[in-house]
Amino acid sequence: MDKMPHWADVILIPLISLILAAFLSALVILAIGENPVEALQLMVQGSLGSTYGWGYTLYYATNFMFTGLAVAVAFHARMFNIGGEGQAMLGGLGVALVCLYVPWPHWTIALVFAIAASAAFGALWAMIPAYLQAARGSHIVITTIMFNFIASAFLNYMLVNVMRPAGSMDPATERFPEAVNLPTLHEMLLPFGIQFSKAAPVNFSLVIAILACILVWVLIWRTRLGYEIRAYGHSEPGALYAGISPFKIIMISMLISGGLAGMMAINNVMGEAERLVLNATEGAGFIGIAVALMGRSHPFGVFLAAILFGFLYQGGAELALWTNIPRELIVVIQALVIMLTGALDNMVRMPLEKLFLSMRKGRA
Amino acid sequence: MDFITLIQVLDSTIRLTTPLLLACLAGLYSERAGIFDIGLEGKMLASAFLSAAIAYVSGSVWLGLLAGIAASVLLSALHGLASITFRGNQLISGLAVTMLAQGFTVLVAQDWFQQGGRTPSLTGAGRFTGITLPFADALEPVPVIGPIYAELISGHSILVYLAFAMVPLTWWILFRTRFGLRLRAVGENPAAVDTAGISVTGLRYAAVLICGVLCGIAGAYLSTALQAGFVKDMTAGRGYIALAALIFAKWRPWHALWSCLLFGLLQAVALRFQNIDLGGIVIPVQVMDALPYILTVVILAGFVGKAIPPRAGGEPYVKER
Repeated sequence: MDKMPHWADVILIPLISLILAAFLSALVILAIGENPVEALQLMVQGSLGSTYGWGYTLYYATNFMFTGLAVAVAFHARMFNIGGEGQAMLGGLGVALVCLYVPWPHWTIALVFAIAASAAFGALWAMIPAYLQAARGSHIVITTIMFNFIASAFLNYMLVNVMRPAGSMDPATERFPEAVNLPTLHEMLLPFGIQFSKAAPVNFSLVIAILACILVWVLIWRTRLGYEIRAYGHSEPGALYAGISPFKIIMISMLISGGLAGMMAINNVMGEAERLVLNATEGAGFIGIAVALMGRSHPFGVFLAAILFGFLYQGGAELALWTNIPRELIVVIQALVIMLTGALDNMVRMPLEKLFLSMRKGRA
Repeated sequence: MDFITLIQVLDSTIRLTTPLLLACLAGLYSERAGIFDIGLEGKMLASAFLSAAIAYVSGSVWLGLLAGIAASVLLSALHGLASITFRGNQLISGLAVTMLAQGFTVLVAQDWFQQGGRTPSLTGAGRFTGITLPFADALEPVPVIGPIYAELISGHSILVYLAFAMVPLTWWILFRTRFGLRLRAVGENPAAVDTAGISVTGLRYAAVLICGVLCGIAGAYLSTALQAGFVKDMTAGRGYIALAALIFAKWRPWHALWSCLLFGLLQAVALRFQNIDLGGIVIPVQVMDALPYILTVVILAGFVGKAIPPRAGGEPYVKER
C-alpha cells in the first residue's frame, strides 16, 4: 500500500515546494530592502494585468512548454536530458536555414518544414549523447552538458563566420522574409472580435506547444511505445525481462526529447525574433528542467508549470524595470524550485508521509 | 613563434590552469567519495563574488579569500544536505546550486554596490599580487633558463603555487593515508565501509566540504588574482571545463594536473591568437573553445581508453534495505 494518496504526491508536494520557494524568495526581497507584497503585486500587474502582459507571459510559457516536455519525456525513461539548451540552439539553426534559403509562398507551409527542421536538428544534437549512453554507457548528463557548450561554440562559429550578412557587425542572420512570419495572437484573435495586444510576441507557436502537450500525453499513456518508455524508466531489469530493448528506448526517448527542445525555435526564432541571434535560447533549456520537475513530468503539469514560469519571467522583467530588484531574482526562484522539487524532494515528502501514515492509523 | 611569445603563452597557461586545477581537484574529492558534483561552477562563482566583495570592503584579500571559501562551503553543505542526508538526485542538486549562485551573486552585487551586478575594481591589498621567487632577478639575464625561471615559474600569486602543490598533496591524501583509503572506498562500495563501522555519511560530508574549500579558493583566485573584481558570470563555464578535465583525468590527481594544463593551454592559445592559420587551414577560435568538451566526449565514449567513474557515484547510500 502506498504511504500517501496519489493526489498528495501529484498536487500537494509541488504546491508545498512552490510555497517554500515563494517564502524564501520573499525573504530575499525583504533582505534587499524591498516589499515582497508590493513586488508580487507588481509582478501580477505586469504579467497578468493586461493583454500585453499576458502576451509576454504566454510567449515565455510557449518556450518552457517545449523544453519542459523535452525534459519530461526523457525523465519517463529515467534519462536526465540537461542538454535542452544546446538542442534548442540547434533547432534555431534548423529554423533559420529553412526560413532563409527557401522561398516559401505562405507561412503555413514554411511552418510545417520549420517544425520538421527544428525537431530534426534538436533530435540530431540529442542523438550522439543518446547513442553514447545506450551503446557505450557514457553518462548522459555529462555528455549533454558538454554538448551544450559544443552547440554554443558551433552556433557562434556559424553566426560570426558563415551566416552573418556581409557588412553587418552583429553576429546574427538576416531578417527572415515577410512570408514566413507567424501570425501573432493579436492577428489570430482579431477575426473573433477579441482585441489582444499588438506588441506582445505570443504567436501561433502557442497552438503547436499545446498540441505537443496533448500528443506527448497520448504517446506516454496511450501507446505501446509510451508504455515501454515508462516500463524502462521504472525498472531496467523488469523491462529487459519483458523483452524491451534498452538501446531502443534510450534512443527513441532522447530523440523525442531533443526534437521537442529543438521545436522551441519556432517560437523564439521564427515567431518572435524573426532572425537567428546569438544566445537566442536565453536559458530556456534549463528552465525546462524546473518546469518538468514542477509538473511531475505530466504534460498537463508541464503546461501549468510553463505558464507559472512564464508569469515569473514576465513578472521578473517588470520588477527589474520598476524596482531595484534585478531579473536574476527569477534565476534564484528557479534554482529554489529545482532544489526543492528535484533534490530536496524527500525533505518535503518524509514529514508528509509520516503525517498521512499517522492519520491512517488514527482512523483504523 | 619566437621564444618570448612561447614563454608568454605558457605563462598565461599557468594562470588559466590554476582555477581549473583547483576546481578539478575539488571535484575529485567529492566524486571519489561517490557524490557527483556538477555544481563546481556555482561554488566558484559564489566564492568569486563574495571574496571580491569582502576584499573590497575590508581592503584585505585574505579576509576576502576566507569569505569566498565560506560561501563555497555553504553551497557544498547544501549539496551535501540534498544528496547525502535527503538522498536526493545529486545532478539536480548540483544544477540548482549553480543556478542559485548565478542568481544570488548578481542580486547581492546589485544591492551592495549598484554597479549592474559587479563589484568595484580591487586595488592594492585587495588583490593577490605576484610573488617574486628568490634569485629571479639575478637569473633573468641567463639565456633560456633565465626567462623560464623569472617569467614562467616566478611571479605568480600564492594561490597558483598552492594549486600546483595540491596535486601531490591530494595524491598523498588519497593514496597514502587512512582517510584517503576510506574516502575512495566509500565511493566504490559504501556498504563495505559501513560494515567496517565507519560512518558513510561523515566521510561523504568531509569530502563534499573539502570540495567546497577548494572551489572557494578557485573562485577567489578568479576575482582577486586573475582579475581585479567580480563581474557577472565570470566563471564562464570553467566549472564545467574542470568537470571535463576530471573525467579526462579519469578521477586521478596527477592526470588531473596534465588535463588541466592541456585545457589551460587551449584557453591561453584561444585568448592570444583568435584564429590560427596552420599552413592554409584556418582553425577558428570557436574550435579551441569547444575542444575541451569534444575531447571529453571522446574519452567518455571510450574510444581512447575508458573513463570509469567511481562505482557508487551518484547513488545515495541507504543503510537498511
